[in-house]
Amino acid sequence: MWKFLVPAAIFAVLVGFFVVGLHRDPSQVPSPLIGKAAPAYSLPKVEEPSVKVSNTDFAGRKHLVNVWATWCVECRKEHQVLLEIARQNVLPIVGMDWKDELASAQQWLNQLGNPYVATAFDQEGRVAIDFGVYGAPETFLIDEQGKVLYKHIGVLTLEVWNQELLPRINGQKS
Amino acid sequence: MSITIRHLLILIISNLLVASVWAVDDAQPFADPALQARYESLTHQLRCLVCQNETIADSGATLAGDLRRELHEKLAAGQSDEEVLKFMTDRYGAFVLYKPPFERRTWLLWLAPVLLLITGLIVVVRVISKRSHMAIDAADEADQGDQA
Repeated sequence: MWKFLVPAAIFAVLVGFFVVGLHRDPSQVPSPLIGKAAPAYSLPKVEEPSVKVSNTDFAGRKHLVNVWATWCVECRKEHQVLLEIARQNVLPIVGMDWKDELASAQQWLNQLGNPYVATAFDQEGRVAIDFGVYGAPETFLIDEQGKVLYKHIGVLTLEVWNQELLPRINGQKS
Repeated sequence: MSITIRHLLILIISNLLVASVWAVDDAQPFADPALQARYESLTHQLRCLVCQNETIADSGATLAGDLRRELHEKLAAGQSDEEVLKFMTDRYGAFVLYKPPFERRTWLLWLAPVLLLITGLIVVVRVISKRSHMAIDAADEADQGDQA
């Protein structure tokens, strides 16, 4: 009896591990920033480099911080979604242009349209490290107190917007 | 001309010699060898999250370069290894460490080898004692057979 049961039990445990493991995306590293204060920053504004964009500009308002770059192929796809989200006028989207060229970033916004209330120019990637960014695009939902509520890694789609972000913005999901 | 062992050896050794040229880290080494050793040790403990199976010492990704720069500046500023590692885990989580800490989520990972070893030992002891009993029983039977 045991000779059959023990290997069967071990096999079942292994299958369990594999089912869970194979359905996880190893490229999605959970952020330790969730529930904590978002990092402070003060960076030149892409649209007008003599002006600074800082986290305090958005204090007291729920907003998105979207990390993008012109060298990021997926970001071009995501840009259309961001334009649509901006059109819905639910909350301000702050851009974070990561390790980019200023001229290319300006050209990008002029040609594709600008969904951002302001875009911070993080040329050295220091603020991105504070945010724990490891690949563009990444999007953070930040609440009125400056706390990170949610992080989406990869292209933001309308599906993610409707199912993950909107319920959290409206306080229906945490 | 035939390829001899000698040729092969020269080839292998010359390959080893240029290995340092392949290194991706182009940062100026620290003047202080102790600091440089700490820097090298830390770059080998931190994971490059873009290319997850590489340390930031081996990775040519831009992010790895940025993280090496942070590390370099922090060590130069006199921060301890613990402070630097805390800076990294505060931002990227424990996954950035190649050696995961012992915590609620990882205890099974750390204890699995010990548990497997103990299970194996129990199985071995049981099998051996069973077999030796069988041998003794067989020997007893044989003894009784002799006496009869």
